[in-house]
Order: sequence, then structure tokens, then C-alpha cells
Amino acid sequence: MNDKIVLPSTLSSINNTSSDTLLMLYKDMLLGRSFENMCAQMYYRGKMFGFVHLYNGQEAVSTGVIKCLNNTDYVCSTYRDHVHALSKGVPANLIMAELFGKETGCSHGRGGSMHIFSAKHNFLGGFAFIGEGIPIATGAAFQSIYRSHVLQDTNELRVTACFFGDGTTNNGQFFECLNMSVLWKLPIIFVVENNQWAIGMAHHRSSSSPEIHKKAKAFGLPGIEVDGMDVLAIRNVTQQAIKRARSGEGPTLIEALTYRFRGHSLADPDELRSSQEKDAWLARDPIKYFKNCLSVNSIIDDNLLNKIHTDVKADIDQAVSFALSSPEPQIKDLKRYLFVEDT
Amino acid sequence: MSKVFMFDALREATNEEMEKDASVFVLGEDVGHYGGSYKVTKDLHAKYGDLRVLDTPIAENSFMGMAVGAAITGLRPIVEGMNMSFLLLAFNQISNNAGMLRYTSGGNFKIPIVIRGPGGVGKQLGAEHSQRLEAYFQAIPGLKIIACSTPYNAKGLLKSAIRDDNPVILFEHVLLYNLKEELPKLEYFLPLDKAEIVRTGNQVTIVTYSRMRHHVMEAVDTLIQEDYDPEVIDLISLKPIDIASIRKSLIKTHKLMIVEECMKTGGIAAEIIAQVNDSLFDYLDAPVVRLSSQDIPTPYNGTLEKATVIHPHQIIDSVRKLVAI
Repeated sequence: MNDKIVLPSTLSSINNTSSDTLLMLYKDMLLGRSFENMCAQMYYRGKMFGFVHLYNGQEAVSTGVIKCLNNTDYVCSTYRDHVHALSKGVPANLIMAELFGKETGCSHGRGGSMHIFSAKHNFLGGFAFIGEGIPIATGAAFQSIYRSHVLQDTNELRVTACFFGDGTTNNGQFFECLNMSVLWKLPIIFVVENNQWAIGMAHHRSSSSPEIHKKAKAFGLPGIEVDGMDVLAIRNVTQQAIKRARSGEGPTLIEALTYRFRGHSLADPDELRSSQEKDAWLARDPIKYFKNCLSVNSIIDDNLLNKIHTDVKADIDQAVSFALSSPEPQIKDLKRYLFVEDT
Repeated sequence: MSKVFMFDALREATNEEMEKDASVFVLGEDVGHYGGSYKVTKDLHAKYGDLRVLDTPIAENSFMGMAVGAAITGLRPIVEGMNMSFLLLAFNQISNNAGMLRYTSGGNFKIPIVIRGPGGVGKQLGAEHSQRLEAYFQAIPGLKIIACSTPYNAKGLLKSAIRDDNPVILFEHVLLYNLKEELPKLEYFLPLDKAEIVRTGNQVTIVTYSRMRHHVMEAVDTLIQEDYDPEVIDLISLKPIDIASIRKSLIKTHKLMIVEECMKTGGIAAEIIAQVNDSLFDYLDAPVVRLSSQDIPTPYNGTLEKATVIHPHQIIDSVRKLVAI
């Protein structure tokens, strides 16, 4: 790998991608944004509680990576997991119900915002401690090669995409798992969503070596830096990483340079980030940027655009109705789900 | 029938279950080429290969989490802690993910993981290799904790633990691996939640586990000669406690002593006494006696180390005192 930073352009990819796919990508990002905006509303209306970490601004990463995966592939996330779950196909109503703490939530109201899980969608969580999900993802990837080599499964290797932030890349579990995944050539993609802030800790203040993708070299896997506001650029590098993983060559580290438009959580007053910094990144809104690309290339017209917006709004409204009308868990079920025999 | 060492009994259990179910695999430090720090996985690597007997780098928290990730996606890992003390490094993954993930996910996933390895106070291994961790993990919701004490129960328990769909921690003891016993030729399993009645008696109930069971039985040899009649119960299950077996015994004896190797503070005995207080208080004719190890790190010096844990002469003295009440 040379030392120059290369940010893939989008233009070539837009021509290689079907309009159906492009619209699907747009809709997915819009769904993510709309969902998070609704969460903020619902939180301030007292429908959801605790620590809620919104994903606004980072949609290109979730959509760009996850929409390259199959249903049988795995995604492992962090506490900033709502949009990853949506991209993976977990229905908005199940996530919203979970956020409202309802029995119909994907984790039956036991998890909450930071613990979205769905076995059906191969969505492995939802973790509150940073770094904690990386070994879990590594285990899913290990299972993938085990299934192939030991259990003689002839299907293609299932890939795991593991998401985490810049702060996590100073944590031991990150390094330990980079090592093991290269050692055993695990089909895993480590996606660092470098939004440059870990709550109030600026990345350059916590990291002696701020260019995260360069750390991959020390462990022997490719480290790619990508514009985290460009969904097609992310999609492009992800496809390469998936190809590498499925062919048995092992892991890839993708560092997506992105930004969260809101505070760390709904409880964060977000006073440390300068307004100039925020404005600069807001101007690079991935959804607006992509919409513009689609318009310029005549992929989308106003009618289609309105339809997508209407559909997404309907999905979100339906999710809220579902969550509002869903029942609370019952006290008699307090100990349920502790052990397998408790079901 | 020939006698089998405890480490062989554990290996037999592992091998039998790996033969029957291809999703069962072992991971840990030096489990493969080296055959395990106490030979529990000796020769298994040659039979099952790299993926099924996986030599891990020294990264306990990460390989523990990896085991949980493999378990939630369909495999059945057995994690060996080279020494159980090393698993302090894996406390995050054991507590948050092995223990809590199933509940927090509302039952989305099951975690059929076994965590096993040698622990306890050995022979002058120094403080860090001589830890008594059973009480540390005791409060973690979602875990089952067992302790083996003989080759017979080691094999039966490990087989059951592997078959159980929940996370199970099996505490073995460094000084018990060379115990030898004849084992049944036919396959057998032992329940994970039932105590073992080692000796029936009517005068006093002695509850114990792991290495201390042997110290208790040594004390019992002397006590029987003095016409005492103790009932000895090996807990086997440290979480949940088989309070039903203790109850059956207390109905007869009305006197309870607990002999444990963990530290006194917040130990297994502390929990049992609380449970006895909750539901069996009326059966007691005297306060429950607990003999525990000292609340100190294990010292290196042999004499000091000996004074850290409970020995038969102390058990004998305590039984005499308790019976006299």
C-alpha cells in the first residue's frame, strides 16, 4: 500500500449501478435519517428513555456497507445501532417498539436503544461498551470458516461487517481482533466510522497515530480510507472487501471519514464542537449529496423523489403507531430469557 | 477396569462430545500443539485439527468474546482458561456477553459456551496463579457455575455442560488433576444443578466443593473414629445452589458447616448462609459455621500458603465445637 490518501470518486460507480439499486440506496439513507429524527421527537415527548445515540450524518456508511451484504451475512454494531439495523432489514416498527420498551420490540423491550438484536436478520447487536462487539463479530466470522471447513457447508462464506468508532480504535479488543482475523483469514470487514469525536474527546487528542487505516498494515490486512459521506465510494470499497473475504483471503479495515450531525447522545449538549466544523460537515450531507448526483445524472425525477419521501414517512409513522399501540412486557416475565429453559 | 486421571476424564468427556457433535470445538492458549497446560486436550489437536482445537494468541477478553460470537451463530465452544485467573481479563465478555447477552436480546440468541480450566490454591504458585474466583463470577446473571472434585464427576459434568445450551463455567482445581478413579464404561451424564451426597449422616451437615471436599473427607475419617456422624454434601453446583439437598440434610441434622476455598468475604458460603436464613432458618439449632480461606492474596511461602486455606484439623475442631452446641 502506498502512503497517499486516495478517495474513490463516485462518477464511475454511478454508471455501473442500476437505477433500481441507486434508488434503493437513496431510500435506505432517507429511512435512516427519518427514523433518527423521529427518535429525537419521541425522546423529547417522553416515549423513549435513557441513552439514545443518533446516527444523523453517517447514513452513507450504513447504507454503503450493509446494502452490499446478503441476508445470510452478519452485521455487528455498537450503541449507535438503529440505522445499521434498519439497513440490515430489521423492520422499523420492531426497532421503534424496542426503543419504546415494548414487548413487541426486537429485543422484547429488554435491550433498548443500545441493544438492538435480531437473530432472524443476522444482526448481532447492539453493545454498550465500546469494543465489546468486535470479538463477537470475530466469532461470527470464525463460525463462517468453521462452517465451511469443518461442517462441510458448500455455500459461499458468510461475511461479517463490524462497525465501531474512532475512539474504539485505541482499545485492546480492536488490535487483538485485527490480529486473530488475519491469523485465521476470517471473512470480516472492520468498518471504522471515524466521526472524529468520542463523546467530547477529539480523535487527535486520544490517538498518537490518527490515521486509523494505516494501523492495519501492522497486522497484515489492507486498510482503506474512504469518504464517509459518499455512499457509492463506500459501496465500492466494501464490494472489494467482500470479494476478498468470500474468497478466503481474510479481513479488510475500512476507515470511513464521516461526521455525526447531532451530539454523542440525546443527553449530550454538544458544546465542544465548533459551529464552523459542524457547518462544514453539514454542507456535505450524504443524502443531499447523493440526491444531487441522482438528479444531475437524471436517475431521479420529482415524482419518484416525492414517492420515496412519502413511502419513508409512511414507514416511520407506521412504526410509531405500532410502537405506541404495542403492549408493555409483563412483570411475570421479568426472569424470562435468562436461560434457554426460561422460554 | 483401569483407573483414570481427572485430566484424562476431562479429555474423554471433551473427545466424546466432539465426536458426536461437529459444532463442538475447543479454544484457548496452548490447547492444541501443547495439549493444554494440564494435558486436558492432549492429542485432540492431532485428531481434530486446527479449527476444532484452536490455539489462540494471548488475548483472553477477545477470544472469550470470539467464543460468544461463535456460540450465538451456531457453534458450541469450550474455552479453556490456561489458569482460571487469566479469565479476569475476560471479565467484560463473560459478564456482559456470556452472562447477559441472551436476556438483553430478549432471547434472540442462545450462548452454549463452556468455560473451563484450573484454578484454586496450588503449591506455591504465587498470588496471581493461586486465585479463588468462583465468588467473583457468582453474582453475574445468566451464568451456571459448577465445580468438579473427582474424575467421575468431572467427566459427567463436563459432558452435561457441553450439552447445555447456556453458558457454564466449570472450575477445576490445580491439585486435583492427578486424582485417579475407575470410570463407567457406558456413557453417563451428571446434572449441572444437583449436589452430590458424599457421605450420609445424621449429626451435622458439612457442605463443601472442589479440593475442600477431600480435606473434609480426610477430617471425616478421624471424626468417624470418634463416633461422629457427619453428612457430607459436595455442592457441585455453585450457581444455582442446590438448596433442596441442603434442606433434606438439615431436616435430619439441624447443624450446618460450610467448608470452602474461596475467600470468606462475599464467598459461596456467604451466599448459602443467606439462602439458609431465607428459607431454612427454623431447622437450625445453631448458627451456620463457615470455614473459608483468608481474605489475603495467596502468599508464596509454603507455611503461609498453607495457613491461607482450610485443612482437616480445622474442620475436625469445628465439627467438635458445632456438635457440642
